[in-house]
Amino acid sequence: MAARRGADEMRDRVVLGEFGVRNVHTTDFPGNYPGYEDAWDQRRFEEAFRVDVIREEEDTLEFDMVGIDAAIANAFRRILLAEVPTMAVEKVFVYNNTSIVQDEILAHRLGLIPIRADPRLFEYRNQGDQEGTEIDTLQFQLKIKCKRNPQAAKESSDPDELYFNHKVYSKHMTWVPLGNQTDLFPDADFRPVHDDILIALLRPGQEIDVLMHCVKGIGKDHAKFSPVATASYRLLPDITLLQPIEDEAAEVLQKCFSPGVIEIQNINGKKVARVANARLDTFSREVFRHEGLKNLVRLARVRNHYIFSVESTGILPPDVLVSEAIKILMGKCQRFLNELDSVPME
Amino acid sequence: IQADGTDGNCVTFVLHDEDHTLGNSLRYMVMKNPDVEFCGYCITHPSESKINFRIQTRGALPAVEPFRKGLNDLMGVCQHVLSTFERSMKEFRAQK
Repeated sequence: MAARRGADEMRDRVVLGEFGVRNVHTTDFPGNYPGYEDAWDQRRFEEAFRVDVIREEEDTLEFDMVGIDAAIANAFRRILLAEVPTMAVEKVFVYNNTSIVQDEILAHRLGLIPIRADPRLFEYRNQGDQEGTEIDTLQFQLKIKCKRNPQAAKESSDPDELYFNHKVYSKHMTWVPLGNQTDLFPDADFRPVHDDILIALLRPGQEIDVLMHCVKGIGKDHAKFSPVATASYRLLPDITLLQPIEDEAAEVLQKCFSPGVIEIQNINGKKVARVANARLDTFSREVFRHEGLKNLVRLARVRNHYIFSVESTGILPPDVLVSEAIKILMGKCQRFLNELDSVPME
Repeated sequence: IQADGTDGNCVTFVLHDEDHTLGNSLRYMVMKNPDVEFCGYCITHPSESKINFRIQTRGALPAVEPFRKGLNDLMGVCQHVLSTFERSMKEFRAQK
């Protein structure tokens, strides 16, 4: 029985010790544990797997994936960061730039602006194609000139009053349809996601006149194509009290963890500590600094329960991004399956 | 893909344009197969995007079979994850 419990712990929990982390790697492969059924079984996986959505806001999504392994959860995270395609400014044709911002710096800043355009409507540009066709390119124009305000007061030193158009925002970028794009996308409104991104500052007499080509790309190529502000996951914390902890020790224990994790109940007049909500903890390991408490608590993480947090830049909603990431992983597998079947192996 | 091996049982596949994303998840699916004696992957050099994926089977099973089964199993997992995720999103939005 004790051996079975020990094996269960090794399989299910990643234990945080005082000086290191134990049981990090997945070990439940067939043949490692006698008496356990570890071979892959799709039906058993489907019974144990579930997804719980915790919170959804405009651009953030927090959801739990339970019953999956680290390798696959990490694959989803990596794909969300680097392989889900988006549209971003790639080529900037500078017709006139008399501002203080150099051409290449201006081009770099324009590339990082997120563009609200569904990348699934576009194709990738062919290699070596300089011109760009209407199915793979979006054209934007930024044409702005700063003038002095003749009605400004004599002694005013506020630039907002003295000059017109001295701040160049992303709302000044206008979409220029190419070819038959007006017919292809009749009610589409392609513009940057945020209107108030400051691109450059001008003074009277300076102007910027550029034409921009947006193409479809992936984050692996350049980080500007990444559709998420960030996508991360953490494992569900699991705090076990090995012995009952009372009175001042309970108070100290409560302060060792994040607020809300440990609550103190009054049982028969004594204060007893209880783990209320382990999910909120950030595992600062403060409890290991107290000699009396460090052997009474076991800090662990549940190995197959992942709390994902996806924050989108606004191009696509976060749940669409997760679906696209899963489809991309399927596409990769399909690509190799097709190659296996078509090319004879030697 | 390219394959390289002395006999059909232990083969090293070279997968181009891949990295840890597919390598680690495929390694996990292939290791779950009880016929596989050894499975591992490595990235030959971080500047080149290709991985060496080695499968060694016990018995007389040709190594391509666990590779194919692993890919199919991974497809099945993704399919199920996708449908479960979309169903959960729909339920969450319905009860909000």
